[in-house]
Amino acid sequence: MKNRWQILVVDDEEVMCESLAAWLREDGYVVDTAASGHEAIEKTRQRDYAIYFVDLKMPGGMDGIETMMQIRRIRAEASIIIITAYATVDTAITAMKEGAQEYIVKPCNPEEISLLVNRIVKVKNLQRENSILRKKLSRQYVVHDIVTKNARMRDILDLCQEVASLRSTVLIQGESGTGKEMIARAIHNSGDRAQKPMVSVSCAALAETLLESELFGHEKGAFTGADQQKRGKFEMADGGTIFLDEIGDISPKLQVDLLRVLQERSFYRVGGSQEVTVDVRAIAATHVNLQQAVSEGKFREDLYYRLNVIEIRIPPLRERREDVPLLALHFLERLAHELGKDVSDISEGALKLLMEYNWPGNVRELENTIERAIVTCKNHVLTEDSFGFLALNGTAGRVWAPPAGMTLQEMEKVLIASTLQRTNGNIKESAGILGIDRSTLYEKIKRYEIPR
Amino acid sequence: MKYLYVAAPPEVRPEDRRMVSGRLAGVFDLPVREMKMPAVDFAYDAGRRQYSSIAVLEMTLPLIPDDAAKLLAVTDRDLFVPVLTFLFGQAQLGGRAGVLSFARLRQEFYGFAPNRELFEERAAKEALHETGHMFGLVHCSDRSCAMSLATNIRQIDMKQAAFCAPCRARLARTKGVKA
Repeated sequence: MKNRWQILVVDDEEVMCESLAAWLREDGYVVDTAASGHEAIEKTRQRDYAIYFVDLKMPGGMDGIETMMQIRRIRAEASIIIITAYATVDTAITAMKEGAQEYIVKPCNPEEISLLVNRIVKVKNLQRENSILRKKLSRQYVVHDIVTKNARMRDILDLCQEVASLRSTVLIQGESGTGKEMIARAIHNSGDRAQKPMVSVSCAALAETLLESELFGHEKGAFTGADQQKRGKFEMADGGTIFLDEIGDISPKLQVDLLRVLQERSFYRVGGSQEVTVDVRAIAATHVNLQQAVSEGKFREDLYYRLNVIEIRIPPLRERREDVPLLALHFLERLAHELGKDVSDISEGALKLLMEYNWPGNVRELENTIERAIVTCKNHVLTEDSFGFLALNGTAGRVWAPPAGMTLQEMEKVLIASTLQRTNGNIKESAGILGIDRSTLYEKIKRYEIPR
Repeated sequence: MKYLYVAAPPEVRPEDRRMVSGRLAGVFDLPVREMKMPAVDFAYDAGRRQYSSIAVLEMTLPLIPDDAAKLLAVTDRDLFVPVLTFLFGQAQLGGRAGVLSFARLRQEFYGFAPNRELFEERAAKEALHETGHMFGLVHCSDRSCAMSLATNIRQIDMKQAAFCAPCRARLARTKGVKA
């Protein structure tokens, strides 16, 4: 795993620079060189070097100490080793005081450099692991952590950033596995409620009465088994955010209760008579089309509009295939590290295969797929063979077939509805995608009574 | 037909050159040939009282025959690069030239009685190591593999004159050895 870390050797003497760089490259590191402090700063802005070897005496008005100080301003976490042929106690003290990790005198014993670099890399690996584990533990995603180059996703992330500090309710819609909770966490962690809790509730997981007690808490003796007072998720999220997952699955009674909390910011615990007031920002998510549920009478219209103040529709992975290689490599890097496997790349052929696959389980399925491929990988690169199981499982995903017994009209209705959903109801864009003119689309929407 | 050349300046005894080429023969997917090369005295640095490894490597580049895939120069001189106190050898990573010094592989260097067998074993390990670099291999974490980094003579003695299975597989991918 050593080749992850990049090293920059900074020395005005080319032979010094190149000989140390060549020696470190033989050890498997990615090494660049810079002939001056200015060049080192320039390169530091472009690449994330973990370790620097900086010569103390360099001409051009920028010596090793000054170079180190400027590097530290850009990359505070970088490890900098000062090298000098002219060791004095004063320079050593200055270098260490200004933040040099080590101070070595050249020529140095190869063993000394090898041990030094190994020690730094070991610490860096531990720090990295620690950061991954901490992030995993707190799931502290922020907007910048979300990997995408898709224009629609970029718009969504911009929107998340804009609305992060507002109290307005957000409704996140998207298929299962698209990362609805991750977006919710990114909104929470990017706003001024980040230091307060974000409490998640899966509304689909609990029966109506349990969910009511879960959300609003209960008083002692409110029902059999309620042997003490219990705070609900709304109270736990006071000052922070409540994430209501699978909101489309809640019962009509709870819909009324929820509407009241969202409007009044207050509620009663189950069995309680004292009103509890909270300052909670609600983010709801669903994989079902809530607008359709409203038109079918399954979901209250007033609650829908209360939730849908800010609407985010996450596109499924098959509609942002350009993100597949990016996400695959992101998962590879993280999971290979977590699994302790030295797998560092995905072949072109394998990436092509991944891009062609339909990903019915979206990003979650891609993550699991990469994990499975890493676990069974025998060498350092994931190839098409590593994803053989996808070809077996994925035939249905790659060749779409309409459900048996579907009429042409039904299919047309579904196609128009899904296109409208994808374009957020944009008639011009939908008509363009469907290859019909706008008046025809209006006419079909009316005929099929498709909600927009 | 391409060859792996072992080149030696006049100070290297012919039997030492033959010994190295013999130990390389059959390991890599290339037949081995021997050749003579000029003395490396020009690379002497009076301040360091050693020979510049970079100068020796640069000197070998124009000497590489047309039918050579790789060339490993062997010398009895003690090598250095400016930033390090010494080198057992140096090679272009994934390139065509490498150099190996016998100086620190001999027991005499450490004040002990000569030991021909031990010297040959050490020379074979380091010849494999530098040639491995020429085939693009980097240092291996398996301490018994010829590609593990040795910064002192004990570490050379700890490894074997053979590549570990993953390094062999990597060499096979770069056509360094027969799969």
